[in-house]
This record gives sequence, structure tokens and C-alpha cells, in this order.
Amino acid sequence: MPDLGLEVLFKGKNMLRLLGGLWAALEISLISVLLSIPLGILLGIIMVRKELVLRVITRTYFEFIRIMPQLVLLFIVFFDSTKLFGINLSGELSSVIVFTLWGTAEMGDLVRGAITSIPKHQYESSLALGLNNAQTYFYVIIPQTVRRLLPLSVNLITRMIKTTSLVLLIGVVEVTKVAQQIIEANRTSSPNAAFGVYLTVFMMYFLTCWPLSILASRLEKKWG
Amino acid sequence: MAEKLLMIEHLNKSYDDLCVIKDMSLTVHKGEVVVVIGPSGCGKSTLLRCINGLEPVQGGRICLSGREIKHGSRDLPMLRQKIGMVFQSYELFPHLSIIDNITLAPLKVQKRKKEEVEEEALSLLDRVGLKDKARQYPRQLSGGQKQRAAIVRALCMHPEVMLFDEVTAALDPEMVREVLDVMLRLAQQGRTMIIVTHEMQFAKAVADRVIFVDNGEIIEEGKPAEFFKAPKTKRAARFLNIFEFSPVKAQN
Amino acid sequence: MNIEYMLKYLPLYEKAAVLTVTIGAEGILIAAAVGLLCAVVQYNRVPVLRQIAAVYIELSRNTPLLIQLFFIYYGLPKIGISTNPSVCGAVGLGFLGGSYMAEAIRSGLESIEPIQSESALSLGLKPYQVMRYIILPQAVSISMPAFMANIIFLLKETSVFSAISLMDLMFTAKDLIGLYYKTTESLFLLVIFYLIILLPVSLLGRLVERRLRYAGFGS
Repeated sequence: MPDLGLEVLFKGKNMLRLLGGLWAALEISLISVLLSIPLGILLGIIMVRKELVLRVITRTYFEFIRIMPQLVLLFIVFFDSTKLFGINLSGELSSVIVFTLWGTAEMGDLVRGAITSIPKHQYESSLALGLNNAQTYFYVIIPQTVRRLLPLSVNLITRMIKTTSLVLLIGVVEVTKVAQQIIEANRTSSPNAAFGVYLTVFMMYFLTCWPLSILASRLEKKWG
Repeated sequence: MAEKLLMIEHLNKSYDDLCVIKDMSLTVHKGEVVVVIGPSGCGKSTLLRCINGLEPVQGGRICLSGREIKHGSRDLPMLRQKIGMVFQSYELFPHLSIIDNITLAPLKVQKRKKEEVEEEALSLLDRVGLKDKARQYPRQLSGGQKQRAAIVRALCMHPEVMLFDEVTAALDPEMVREVLDVMLRLAQQGRTMIIVTHEMQFAKAVADRVIFVDNGEIIEEGKPAEFFKAPKTKRAARFLNIFEFSPVKAQN
Repeated sequence: MNIEYMLKYLPLYEKAAVLTVTIGAEGILIAAAVGLLCAVVQYNRVPVLRQIAAVYIELSRNTPLLIQLFFIYYGLPKIGISTNPSVCGAVGLGFLGGSYMAEAIRSGLESIEPIQSESALSLGLKPYQVMRYIILPQAVSISMPAFMANIIFLLKETSVFSAISLMDLMFTAKDLIGLYYKTTESLFLLVIFYLIILLPVSLLGRLVERRLRYAGFGS
């Protein structure tokens, strides 16, 4: 059996430290998700409206955010906020800002897609049945939109969690940073720690995201 | 009597618990045109699919010139070359032009020469009035044109027997005729054909023998003239009358 | 903004952009090959391989590229599998992208009615010929928009390459920020170069989608 460097994990509080680091990453994605969902719904509704100016603005925002790598956005907010706005943002706050901006764009797109995917005759047949506008939305359109939206939003959450791994690169202390510290500290006693520790981090992310992926595909099958 | 080309003996076919074909036997001779009619879901399409080895069967055997057709067997691709099948939904390959649709199997399966196959394909297309469509794609053709092209695709493999599975059922009424005319001409040329159809007038004109199937069994068979005029069984009579309506309102 | 500074360091960015695109393209090719393999194995329900593909797809989709790269670059050498940064980048991107490509192709394959392959079989084509001449060409065309979306996604993901000390665009920008404190200029160039890489692909993706819709596949 080759030395896989797994013993490091059982030394002292290393495993707990890693879990703490994972939580630090998850916290950032959680806050961003909670902010992105309402903002994204708002953006989505604005994007299907017909006002030209609003549409141009939202569209530009949306296209720019979607085409830029999230890491570039992180760099811009983290490194350039001091210069541009004269404020010094912490890595954590920069991350929340970027992921919220990005999450809002993605969520907005999902909402827009869900709204426009409801066929026009669904409105017409509800109105034909004598439902008024509010009733049509409340009983017919919104339930269908939500069903389409829910699995996709769960997927978005997994994407957010995976993307939080990037915050390491602007110096936020999270699970991968903790992993690096552990590997560094044990470099002489466990030279193979890099294998075991990174494998553990890999599995930690997997075990966090996998259940969500399963949930999303279940929801999709149920309501698809 | 001409030689026996296709023999079906005691065929049984079921999906899970649902029995679709019950102990069916049928012999088709060389040059014969057999028309299979019957209500929807009676098993006639399944019969054609079994003859082409597209379905596993639970009992009995199907032989073409003495060689058994068996779902999943090794020489099935060999045998299928001798059986041309035309589907209700045409099933042309949308990513290939008409000429490529027709020449694909002769080139890749029979390894024939490209020039020879293309020449044959074009002359066949010409005969069904589609020579100018050779380089077009299926989506550019009407339903009737697609179905004629599909027939040519099957013909170009020089099959010994051709199966037609409700080939006009998906067509707009005005396109039915052009497809049926092609099939009538094939019958005239003495091709062996098994045709599943709902077009009774056509059946009368084209068939040597009519088979009436209901609930997976052959209920009656006979010459078209006799069958359509005076069916022997009650069920066939009821089926043939099904499209006649009696007035529901008093006439003045 | 200091134009002179930007012009001076333009060649550095150009070099980095070439590196980003090269390794990105290699990774995408690996991803396409892996994806095709997985999709075909799953579509044809090949025993054992199919389960392996399923496990791989779940592992790849549910973990971040950065961690995958760290594991390959720092972890694997400990059990005797060493890579250099550019190989690691391409392989890592291929590992991540393979599952996304597999899903794209799989949904393309599944969108083709079984009767299409039956009609090909009825012409006497062998199963592998049906796959090669009938099913795959159609599936690939249908998956094209998803394929393009994946390419954009993967090109964006290359931005983490700097973490395994590849001198890509991110690396260059960060380096210059650290050296000269010309933050805005360095980041502006970074954004411009990513736009140069990503905008054409994005436009091409839209073109492909429109063309495909126009072609009306399947009808």
C-alpha cells in the first residue's frame, strides 16, 4: 500500500479545520444565493418587459457578467474597488458582491426562460375560461413557472458552490487554503499529504454538490 | 404455384402480458401482393416489424427463402437487405440528401460501385418523378415526395420482398394518390409485397390476396373481389362497414 | 488610464492569450473525445463501462475545476503520476468538460426517435454503421448549441490555470498588478483580451443555434 498521506487528516483537529474551511466557502455561496434569487426574479421580469431602455441596460449587464470568467469579476471587484470607489473591500465581501452579481444574471436568465416558455395559449385559455388577469397569473402561470424554475435554480446553487472555490485566489481563507496550510505544516512528517488532503477536499465538494444535483434531476423528472 | 418466398409459422408475439400476435401462420409466394387490413392496434404493424426482425418474438418462426429471421441474430443484416421496408413516417435521414439517403445502404452494406448505384438511384427517382429532387434534403420535400423517395430507397437495395406499413396514413389526402400509384406500378412489375393499409379501394385494386387481422389473429383471408363484396366472417363485415353512417335526422 | 503602459504590456497579454486559447483548445478536444465516448457507451448500455462513465460524470460535474487541478497537479505526483502545468491544465479541463460534453451528446442521441435506427437497420446496416452514419451525425448537429455553450463555459474556466502556475491571462494581470500597481489598466486589458477570445465564440454559438432551428431537424 503506497503512502497516500491520509494520516494527516487524523492529526489534531485537521479534519475539523477542513470542515470549518468548507463552511467558510459555503457561507459565501449561501449568502450570494439568498441575495441572487429575489434580485434574479426581478431582473427576469424586467427582461421580458418591453421598455427599450430598461432592456438595453439589463441585457448589457447580463451579457457582460455571463461572458466574463467569474475570476475576472472577482479580480476587478477585489483589486480595483479601492482605486475606483475609494473603499477597501475584504475578500469575503468582494466574493459575495461578485457571486450575487453573477447569480442575479444567471437567475434572471432562468426566470426569463421560464416565463417565455409558457405558451401563449395558456394565458388565452385561462382568460377564455373567465379567469381575470390576477387569477390567471396566480393559478396558471406562476405555478407552471415555478415548476420549471425550481430544478434549474437548484442546479444554479451547485454551480455557485463550485465557483466559490475561486475565492482562494483572492486570499480568502476557505477549505482549499486550509488544505494548503495543513499540507505545508506537515511537509516533513507526511510528505504525501497533498494526495490525501486534496482528495478529501475533492470529496467534500462532491458530497456537498452531489445531493443537490440528484435533487435537481428528481425535480426535473417529476415536473419536466 | 410460384415458389414460397416467405413463410410464417405459428408466430407468437407479446409485449409483457399483452399478446399482440397469436399463433399466426402465413405464406407469401414470389410475385404475390398480400394486403393486410384490420382495426388499429390489431397487430398488423407488429407483424411487419417481426418480419423485419425488429422485434423479438415469443414463439414460432419466420423464414425468407428457407433462412430464419431472428431478432438479434448475426445474419439479420444480410437477410434485411432482401426485405425492403417503408414506414408510415417515411424515416428518411434528415442529415442526408435524397440521393445520399438512397445510396447509403447500397454503398456501405452491399459495397456496390458509386457510379452504378447513383445511376440506378437517379433512374428510379426519375420513374417516381423525383429526379430533380435528388440533391435536396428531406425537409424540402412534401410528405408524398418523401414517401416516394423512401420507396426508392428500399427499392435500390433490390429486395425480394417489400413491406409497406400504412405508408399513406400520415399524408395529406391530395398526396395519397401519388404514393399509391407508385405501389400499383410495383405490383404490376410482379414484385412481392406485403402491404398494411386502410385504403380499401387501393387494396381491392392491388391485392392478390387480402388478410383480415383482428386481435392478433387472421380472421379471414381471400381474393379481394370476394372479400370486399361478401366477407365470410361477421367481424370482417363489421369492419368494412365501419365508415358508413346512417342519417341521424329525419329527411324530408 | 495610462495608454502608454497598456501598449507596453500588450505583447505580454498576447502571449498569455495564446497560451490560454491553446491549452483551452486542447482541453476542449479531450473533453469532446471523452464526452463522445461516455455518451455512446451510455446510449448503447455497454455493461461495466456504462457504470464507470456514470461515476465519472457525477464526480466531474459535482466538483470545481480548481480542486480537480490541485489534485492532479499536487496530489497525483505523490502516487507517481507527475504532470507539467500545461498538460495538467489540458487534462484537468478535459476531465471537467468530458462530463458536460457527454450530457450534451447524450441528450442529442436521446432526441432521435428509435424508428430512425430501425429504418436504417431495415436497410441492412449493421448496428455500428447505424451509429456511425445515421445516429451520431444527427445527434451531433442537434447537440451543437449545447456544445458551443460548453466551449464557452470551458474557455471561461481556463481562468483558474494561473493557480497551477500557468502563465495565462489571469497570471499576467495579477503579476503586473503586483509589480506596478497599475490595477485598472491591467484589469482593463484582461477584460479586453477575454472579450476578444469569448465574444466570437459566443456569436458563433448564436449563429449555430439559429441555423439549426432554421434547418428544422427531425421534421
